[in-house]
Amino acid sequence: MKPPKFSYHRPGNYAEALDLLDQYGEDAKIMSGGQSLIPILNMRLSTPKHIIDLSRIDDLKGIRQEGNMIVIGGMTRHVEVENSDLIKKKCPLLFEAIRWVGHTQIRNRGTVGGSIAHADPSAELPCVLTALRGEIVIVSKEEEITVSPEEFFLSFLLTSLEPDQLIKEVRFPIIHESCGYAFEEVARRHGDFALVEAAAVIDVDETGRISEALIALGGANAVPFIPEEVERFLIGKKPDETILKEAAVMQLDDLDPEGDIHGSGEYRRHLSGILLEKALCRAADRAMEGVEI
Amino acid sequence: MSKYVGQNVKRKEDYRLLTGTGIFVADIRLDNMAEAAILRSTYAHAKIKNIDISKAKEYEGVIDVVIASDLEGKVKPFTEFVEFTLPSNLEQEIKPTIKRNPEPMLAKDKVTFVGQAIAIVVANNRYLAEDAVALIKVEYEPLPVLTDPYEAKKEAAPVIHAELNNNIQSHFEVKVGNIESAFRQADYTIKTQLKTPRVSGNPLETRGVVAEYEERSSQLQVWSSTQVPYMVRSYISKLVNLVEDNIRVVAPDVGGGFGPKCAVYPEEIVIPYLAMKHKRPVKWIEDRLEHMQSTRHSRDQVHDVEVAFKSDGTILALKDHFLLDNGAHNSFALCCAYNSAAHLRGMYKIPNYNIVGEIVLTNKTPNVPYRGAGRPEAVFVMDRLIYMIADKLNVDPIEVSRKNFIQPEEMPYETDLFYRDGTHMVLENGDYPEGLKQALNIVGYEQFRQEQIEERTKGRYIGIGVSSYIEGTGIGPHEGAVVRVDSSGHILAYVGSSPHGQSHETTLSQICADEFGVSPDQVTVKAGDTSLLPYGVGTFASRGAVTAGSAVQVASKRLREKFLAIAGEMLEVAPNDLEMKEGKVYPKALPSKFVTLREIALAAKPGPRSKVPEGMEPGASVTHYFIPPSVTFSSGFHVAIVEVDKQTGFVTILKYVVIHDCGRVLNPMVVDGQIQGGVAQGIGGALYEEIIYDENGQLVTGTYMDYLIPTAMEVPVVEMGHQEFLSPRNPIGVKGVGEGGAICPPASIANAVCDAMKPLNIKINSVPISPNRLRDLIQLAEAQ
Repeated sequence: MKPPKFSYHRPGNYAEALDLLDQYGEDAKIMSGGQSLIPILNMRLSTPKHIIDLSRIDDLKGIRQEGNMIVIGGMTRHVEVENSDLIKKKCPLLFEAIRWVGHTQIRNRGTVGGSIAHADPSAELPCVLTALRGEIVIVSKEEEITVSPEEFFLSFLLTSLEPDQLIKEVRFPIIHESCGYAFEEVARRHGDFALVEAAAVIDVDETGRISEALIALGGANAVPFIPEEVERFLIGKKPDETILKEAAVMQLDDLDPEGDIHGSGEYRRHLSGILLEKALCRAADRAMEGVEI
Repeated sequence: MSKYVGQNVKRKEDYRLLTGTGIFVADIRLDNMAEAAILRSTYAHAKIKNIDISKAKEYEGVIDVVIASDLEGKVKPFTEFVEFTLPSNLEQEIKPTIKRNPEPMLAKDKVTFVGQAIAIVVANNRYLAEDAVALIKVEYEPLPVLTDPYEAKKEAAPVIHAELNNNIQSHFEVKVGNIESAFRQADYTIKTQLKTPRVSGNPLETRGVVAEYEERSSQLQVWSSTQVPYMVRSYISKLVNLVEDNIRVVAPDVGGGFGPKCAVYPEEIVIPYLAMKHKRPVKWIEDRLEHMQSTRHSRDQVHDVEVAFKSDGTILALKDHFLLDNGAHNSFALCCAYNSAAHLRGMYKIPNYNIVGEIVLTNKTPNVPYRGAGRPEAVFVMDRLIYMIADKLNVDPIEVSRKNFIQPEEMPYETDLFYRDGTHMVLENGDYPEGLKQALNIVGYEQFRQEQIEERTKGRYIGIGVSSYIEGTGIGPHEGAVVRVDSSGHILAYVGSSPHGQSHETTLSQICADEFGVSPDQVTVKAGDTSLLPYGVGTFASRGAVTAGSAVQVASKRLREKFLAIAGEMLEVAPNDLEMKEGKVYPKALPSKFVTLREIALAAKPGPRSKVPEGMEPGASVTHYFIPPSVTFSSGFHVAIVEVDKQTGFVTILKYVVIHDCGRVLNPMVVDGQIQGGVAQGIGGALYEEIIYDENGQLVTGTYMDYLIPTAMEVPVVEMGHQEFLSPRNPIGVKGVGEGGAICPPASIANAVCDAMKPLNIKINSVPISPNRLRDLIQLAEAQ
């Protein structure tokens, strides 16, 4: 388990990184934490000639608020998200989900941009970003563009990211304070990749009817899945148990999870319904707090 | 006069291990050291038509590339491990068929499992060696692959090793009483199939070998991460044809063994040979991918079993036909298979018993004994049957257990079987009903039953499962100790039993310290080095404390007596009138007139100043080899309380209790640690771990993403209680404890899950109980 020979580059700034990508793009792999890349290299599953390590680029780090968005630099480590008061206050769904990312050691090294770029179908951040209808800001030497998760996540471990591009930042919309939210996940062991996961945000109006519903399921399809019918169905309904139960299983047929030794596709589909129900119930409970009917 | 034995003496090993200053094989770096990497088979069963190593040989930095033909005439093939062959009286008793089936060093004409070594590259470093491995081209001609032992034993099945004629490598039968007439008298019978899957021991430290040859004096020094350095030395000597005394094998700090490191592997022979060939130190450290494929696996038994019992729960007879899927080679004779047969009845009186065992070869990694070695498989069968009998009779399972226990007044209990060491299998002592009572008291069994009913009405499924074991521990043939006092007055104890986490340095120093009346700090224990004693066996089969502990005790006692005799000469006092305490010897009547251990050690030297009494050999050292008369029988009870999430099939362990008897407890902290660790591995077997091959014999569970080992988050703190029935079979009264914790959890947890799901009458006949499988069972039961 030793990687074959490669050249290692550690650009000190943003421009240098883009130059390197421009020069080596096709033959290069970006290292932004290395929590997936290092095992891939060591097992010789990928044999890039150049590794471009972004860990010294301060411009790519940090968490800030910009209007109604929380903007997280691509090289911000998971642990910083986990410890951020801003995230806790303004992006509580992400705050709840980030603890499900691997183990402490992984969160100390892994980065937000790295996780998004790796695009594991059961990773937490793509799921949350998709639920919240966030944005991914991509740069290359030529241009800077902003794409939606739907445009970005193409399939299992595959994104629209071109070889000369990197993720500058990831933008999570701030949800209204009155919203309820919940992130639910099951994994074989603590810290394992999720079998499936569900993220939900629910808001209710003054009559106690659902005014907004944002949902995504992870691990159930090749990319995070938004059950749009469920979202539409919920609008205007009172979030009682029967309704949420019904909603949770409405779109299970649209899920096509891959089976493996940890769980068959059928089992994962079944779990998706259970987790979505739990997430909807918890989000609705939170939304109903303070609403008097 | 035990002052330190029985105390929570802190582990001497911990300081270096916790400060990162331990030395494992991978930490050994020598001048000019080369590194090896190994090309392993990607096919489960195939002819090797051609191996092209030309590109690899030319690669920059490569020193050598060897394949099987390069070893001919240089390194002999393995013979079977004589250490595991059957004693002649046992052989006569059960008349087994055992075909010889040793492993080749490197695959030559064919490969028989994925991961089998084909070529070894030696290069300036491991990176280059792996690059060169990728350049070797092997031309395979695939052969039909066997992964199912039932298919493999069929007459028409392709034969993996032509010289064996078929794939049934071993066959034996054990009979007690009259099975037919007992079945005729039964009120009920139950027939079922119970499976324990293939697992991997997974020590934290993988295997590894470093070898250095010093030509000037023909000395070969080998470091290996092994449980059995003496066995490694013996096979290097035999197979590379070297004078045994010129070989020194050291097992430095070893990060776990659990059985997979308790025999010799091809790498331990070929790496030393390559170091000699190139006159350069060579290092090979197994990586985890190699470990999953090529370090031997274990368990993998299927039992077709039938039990006959009366309506009051009395078990009359049990018959069993089981297969052990051994993978491609078996070098261990009947080891695990016979252990299963000998232990299957556990602590129950079953007067009529018939068991047939078959060891079948398939295209998988060869098997090895692993923590429990045949007992977890047997216990899973027996204790699931107890619960099935209880279901049939609609009584609480503990009533069935109680009905069939061997009673304390029946001890010593003759089982009418031979043990694997060729002695009559007689359980020396113990009180099983009392042990169960203690365990149930800790969990509050009756109260739990109440709570269970209440919780069920709220839709919460909790269950309790009990399992028990007996285990023959401390197997021979011997283990030695040299105890000596050096010229500075410090006490040393050298043992042949080589530790890998068992705390030898601590517990053996406690035993020695008590004999000399000193503190354990004044005793240094050394082990894991063949230069210490001429003979040694190793640490496995829960034998360290029993065998090495006894050897240290006897040698210490004798050296103490010798020192009293020398002191008697020095002080001109009869030895019987002397006292030894705190490093001093003095007349009981006059403590101020003392000689120190240092002074006595100097007086023990040969020469004109010697004070050694006439007729006594000079020297401050005693060697003793302890030869156990037979194994000692440990026992224990495990109780698991679990909660099942009916929707998802996830199992949560709410409480885990162990009561056990390992005879005299030398150090409670160490014993508790062994049990806690064993339970962790047992929980792995119950809920997570399974080696899976696909139909092509490809290993599906080749990484830790697929092969799940429980972490600290999945393992509860075990609540423990002790029974302490001293064994009369050794001078310190101990029984082995290393494996016990791992034996019961698959059975106790499966029983607890079945108990939780009693309203649905779910039967668990195999482990691990993955959430997917359990949820499928629940769904199936609900549909009915």
